[in-house]
Amino acid sequence: MEKITGAEAMMRALENEGVDILFGYPGGAIMPTYDALYDHKETLHHVLVRHEQGAVHAAQGYARVSGKVGCAIVTSGPGATNTVTGIADAMADSTPLVVICGQVGVAMLGTDAFQEVDVVGVTSPASKWSYQIRRAEDVAWAVSRAFYIAKSGRPGPVVLDFAKNAQTGMVDYQPAKVDFIRSYDPYPQLNMDNIKQAAKMINDSVKPFALIGQGVEIGGARKEVEAFLEKAQIPFGSTLLGLSALPTEHPLNMGMLGMHGNLGPNVMTNQCDLLIAIGMRFDDRVTGKLSTYAKQAKVIHFDIDAAEFNKNVHVDLAVHGDCKESIPAVTELLDEAKHDSWISGFKPYAEKEFNKVIDKAINPKDGPLLMGEVVRKVSEASNNEAVLVTDVGQNQMFGCRYFKYTKPRSVITSGGIGTMGFGLPAAIGATFGAPDRTVCMFCGDGGLQMTIQEFGTIMEQGAPVKIILLNNNFLGNVRQWQAMFFNHRYSFTPMANPDYELIAKAYNIPAKTVVERKDLDKAIAEMLSTPGPYLLQCAIKEVDNVLPMTPPGADVDNMLLEI
Amino acid sequence: MATKSFGGQCGDCTTCGKCDKALQRSKPPVQQQIKETMKEMEQENSTKLYTFIIYSENVPGLLSQITAVFTRRQVNIESLNVCASSTPGAHKYTITCFCDETMAKMVVAQVEKRIDVLQAHYFTDDDIFINETCLLKVSTPVMLANKDVSKLIRFHGAHVVEVNPTYAIVEKTGITDEILHLYESLSKLDCVLQFVRSGRIAITKSFTEHLDAYLAEREKRRQEK
Repeated sequence: MEKITGAEAMMRALENEGVDILFGYPGGAIMPTYDALYDHKETLHHVLVRHEQGAVHAAQGYARVSGKVGCAIVTSGPGATNTVTGIADAMADSTPLVVICGQVGVAMLGTDAFQEVDVVGVTSPASKWSYQIRRAEDVAWAVSRAFYIAKSGRPGPVVLDFAKNAQTGMVDYQPAKVDFIRSYDPYPQLNMDNIKQAAKMINDSVKPFALIGQGVEIGGARKEVEAFLEKAQIPFGSTLLGLSALPTEHPLNMGMLGMHGNLGPNVMTNQCDLLIAIGMRFDDRVTGKLSTYAKQAKVIHFDIDAAEFNKNVHVDLAVHGDCKESIPAVTELLDEAKHDSWISGFKPYAEKEFNKVIDKAINPKDGPLLMGEVVRKVSEASNNEAVLVTDVGQNQMFGCRYFKYTKPRSVITSGGIGTMGFGLPAAIGATFGAPDRTVCMFCGDGGLQMTIQEFGTIMEQGAPVKIILLNNNFLGNVRQWQAMFFNHRYSFTPMANPDYELIAKAYNIPAKTVVERKDLDKAIAEMLSTPGPYLLQCAIKEVDNVLPMTPPGADVDNMLLEI
Repeated sequence: MATKSFGGQCGDCTTCGKCDKALQRSKPPVQQQIKETMKEMEQENSTKLYTFIIYSENVPGLLSQITAVFTRRQVNIESLNVCASSTPGAHKYTITCFCDETMAKMVVAQVEKRIDVLQAHYFTDDDIFINETCLLKVSTPVMLANKDVSKLIRFHGAHVVEVNPTYAIVEKTGITDEILHLYESLSKLDCVLQFVRSGRIAITKSFTEHLDAYLAEREKRRQEK
């Protein structure tokens, strides 16, 4: 058998896992691997990002939109530490990633060698698995195990710390296939007693309410969950990351949960008699004050991650398993039911919220442009079929609230750790993960500048990202909190901004700025009809607030509709 | 007056150990301190001393991943023992901590979530046989001069495993309280040169071997694949 280098083995192992795209940035300790990659350009498309953080976020965007494992490749030391934010983000948001970092040779490990960082030590608390490949012989096994761990069960990021001697060492390459790890069970078997008990609790319930999380999206269980909810006529709300798990316009969809979610689902959480959580984790941004959260209700929790049960909210019944299997099993035992008067109870809240908040946000008559109206117009202009990518802040909340979702895997946003700068690179990744779909990225003037160097990647790759910059010359979300909780002391939130149009043009990205409301529709149409990337800058009202809002630590049903 | 002049420090002595009073002292300070802390902690938020028994694959770097779970949840580790287990390839961690039961459950769930951890469980002292061991290096001249030293060693069921003209090595196994009691008593006699106490080790009283059952179940799943 011919001997090949560990680096070449890495390329073959990646191909063996079905990888066809890598987001990365070369450097000293990963050079042997980049040298091997040079011979695999046809099969492994390499996207050269402009900063390693961009590589991981792009891989996240790719993974979130496609359901496949995103792959990033960087060098040791600073290259590796620059990926940490993205790794932590992917961990919080259950995104399957494999991040390959170069590392100094084993002989130099621990000597503070040039560009040496203890990558496994740094990344293991924030990753699903972190492993140092020290010998070329381990490449095939480690890569296969990495992909198996990243995508199975509750997905997450895996780090492979690839020592230089393992890249250059010679090996008889044999493809490996890891599909079983005895200490790790990503396919828990259903407990039929729990299924029966869940069905009984739902059948006995008069006011059931379901919480839909990203688990439904990850499990590809849209049809199963829809059938479940429809059979017993259970109204539901979605978490931020679960927004596109089911269509926005579904008659049982009561809206978004959480701090900036909709009024109805939040208030009714504290009125239902049964809370059915599916693939969600009761984040503090969803629950508000735990001691008053849904205390009147029994709680059933469906999740694939056993560590989520009873972590924040005490549950009466935990159903451990993949919701694609557990939900249909329960559906089979459900009585057909109607909960008309319970469901109609959501309506007054929806009307109240529409009159006091939504109407003003999406149909303003005068004054400067508002974020909500821009988002809704872009959504409608794309026939509500586009992929929404957001950065973090007010743009994210307005984006997620006012975009409408018809297709699965349509929300890509940094939910768990709220990473500013996530949007632009994630959108680049999304264009590769869903080349047939329109990718609309909403960001503010703060977040865009955190990863604005990725304009270079867009230029080089021609990635068709529609960038909608909601520019209010403020770090808007922080400013809102300063107004609410810090006596309007705007400590370092106003921003002096550059001419973004000029920057975009420097990167050969067509750009336009809209100031007047009357020009908005035309500008959006032009953005969507222009092939390739586009920057649409909207001059947004300086001082505006995301509403409604459950102040941090307040009761979930205590939402402010005005400030 | 004659007795008072004995050693010159009889009434309120704390160091010389030449009279019986040192031996009769009801509770040595360190032991008392530990007992009081335990009591306080048990009263506060119903915390208890839990023993966590964790089995993992033998892979490098797992110890820090496991302890990181405790650290993140602000649970302080009182003692920790790691060794190979009776199951080939599996390592056993015995960790004790003060926490409440809700926290113990969450820690166990989050530890089990680590990929290479096989199983994690928490126990109270009623569920397990526990043991600790200690080694004491005792001054031979003091021991020869003061009969109480060897009296105490015998009284506590400790063994002298090495003697030379300079020092003797004393070994004692038992539960924490017993070991600390011996240490405190010998300290009073001013003869202890070095002291070391191991972490707790424990074996479950259960009639089923959960790890073996788990591994058998996993092996079945592997073969079904």
